[in-house]
Amino acid sequence: MNDLVAKGVHAWFGDRLVLEDVNLEFAHGTVTALIGPSGCGKSTFIRTLNRMHEFVPEAQFAGEVLLSGKDIYAPAEDVTKIRLRIGMVFQKPNPFPAMTIRENVLAGPKLARLKVDDKDVLVEQSLTQAGLWKEVKDRLDAPALALSGGQQQRLCIARSLAVQPQVLLMDEPCSALDPGSTLRIEETIEEIKQDVTIVIVTHNMQQAARVSDYTAFFLAELGEPGRMVEYNETKQIFSNPQDNRTERYVTGQFG
Amino acid sequence: MTAVTPTRPWRATPAVLAAESASIAAAAIVAVLLVRFTGFEGKLAIAALFLVLATSFTALNEGRQRGWEAAKNAGARAIVIACAVIVLVPLMSIMWTVVDNGRHALRLNFFTQDMAIASGDSPFDEGGALHSIIGTAQLVAMSSIVSIPLGILAALYLTEIRGRLSPIIRFLTQAMSGVPSVVAGLFVYSAWILGPGKTYSGVAGAMALSILMLPTVARTAEEVLKLVPDHLREAGQALGGTQWRTVAGIVLPTARSGLFTAGILGVARISGETAPLLLTIFGASAVNLSVNNGPVSALPVFVFSHLKLGTDNAVARAWTGALVLMVLVLVLFSVARWFGGRKSR
Repeated sequence: MNDLVAKGVHAWFGDRLVLEDVNLEFAHGTVTALIGPSGCGKSTFIRTLNRMHEFVPEAQFAGEVLLSGKDIYAPAEDVTKIRLRIGMVFQKPNPFPAMTIRENVLAGPKLARLKVDDKDVLVEQSLTQAGLWKEVKDRLDAPALALSGGQQQRLCIARSLAVQPQVLLMDEPCSALDPGSTLRIEETIEEIKQDVTIVIVTHNMQQAARVSDYTAFFLAELGEPGRMVEYNETKQIFSNPQDNRTERYVTGQFG
Repeated sequence: MTAVTPTRPWRATPAVLAAESASIAAAAIVAVLLVRFTGFEGKLAIAALFLVLATSFTALNEGRQRGWEAAKNAGARAIVIACAVIVLVPLMSIMWTVVDNGRHALRLNFFTQDMAIASGDSPFDEGGALHSIIGTAQLVAMSSIVSIPLGILAALYLTEIRGRLSPIIRFLTQAMSGVPSVVAGLFVYSAWILGPGKTYSGVAGAMALSILMLPTVARTAEEVLKLVPDHLREAGQALGGTQWRTVAGIVLPTARSGLFTAGILGVARISGETAPLLLTIFGASAVNLSVNNGPVSALPVFVFSHLKLGTDNAVARAWTGALVLMVLVLVLFSVARWFGGRKSR
């Protein structure tokens, strides 16, 4: 069963086409890594998946993104409901600075006005899933900014999980973190992937190889829009790439 | 491959826009009909009915197509737009009144002659406000030369140096911005005109206006400079720039358009001031190019004195003075905006 399907996704900034005809399917309970050199459109692509692309004033779009079979770009869709079901973790940890750790985790349900039966259970469950519970259980009322960078990022993951999304988009979630924290986040991904379909953008090919089941390689040739060059099981992409450009990229010959 | 046309699927489609325009038009028609055929009466009733009906019609239209949440959204949007219109109406009304009343005495000689040989009662093709226009330009220029640099420097002290005097200076600028303008005029009158200045003069007027302008510029500039992220300052100093070079080369250019706004707000604060000017420049009927010798005029003073004369022609002249002042300020703002908005290269 596919949670999320991208069909013929094109993206423009103004009149400049930056992403051309991407077709991808994300199956439930899998992790898909998007790799490719800077400027190849992978971040733009991930932002079309929860309609954050339209935050850029001159942005344009074509194609379909089906969440459980329904196009999220259909006029009758409520964009806030969609973002509730497709969570996002950003490159830089961004806990809400005026809130405590506990308040940060509960921020999603509060913003979306969801009824929570037992807040304590939800906080513990989310933080446990994100692998942060043991470290912070005695100081849930400390300000979120008192945490280290890696802990802050795991707090952001816990915050995203607290609204129980169907899909979690991660845009280079480890690029600002040290190796130890990166490892913890990879463990977290492993932990939550049964419940949440994960799409992760990463520059780190070892990371893609470690955490993902499927990998898509994006590339923008000089002066051309970004395209998806190859998509396959991660093992195949790294051991037996079909496209010569993929092979050169994953073996570190360019990018 | 076939070309794919870009769209903005999140934008309202023409069909949706048409339905929305149709519901607004329907609201207008129903409002007019209700006033025509029922107990409601008058233009105000049409406007009020239209606002209520347009809100509910657009909400109904959205709700029919996209459900309850969309209906609430459309209703809220209609109310917000209605509020904006209600706020804009008095503003437009004021501008229109000034234009409508000011156009009678608006002749070319209004800009080329002074009132030295004409009186307020003279026909419109005799005399003008040249002396007041020159006076206002002089006053605004002199006050800006003093207050804008001083205000920005004060703001820099508060945001960059953060010296020990910061709390006191912040308190004083706040207190100063609350000073009634006539007090500033009285202060200059007693401290300068009765003392070393000896006579009413443009300089005295500029002193009073500077006192009023300084806190506005300083406070706005401080807010703007606070918005410059600290990591830019750190980056500048990490490149080996001194604090002064970093402020001059990084912080100020980053805050450039905001600093222009600070200046604009300062000018806006003083350009319409009348009370302090009556006590410092006194008003004159002839061009006086000397800024430190004898009374001069300014547009607000021109308006005030002609209103006081009370005859039809004098009052019409006062309106024209107000119109010229309004346009002058508008032009000044547009120019400053244009400069401030341009990308520095």
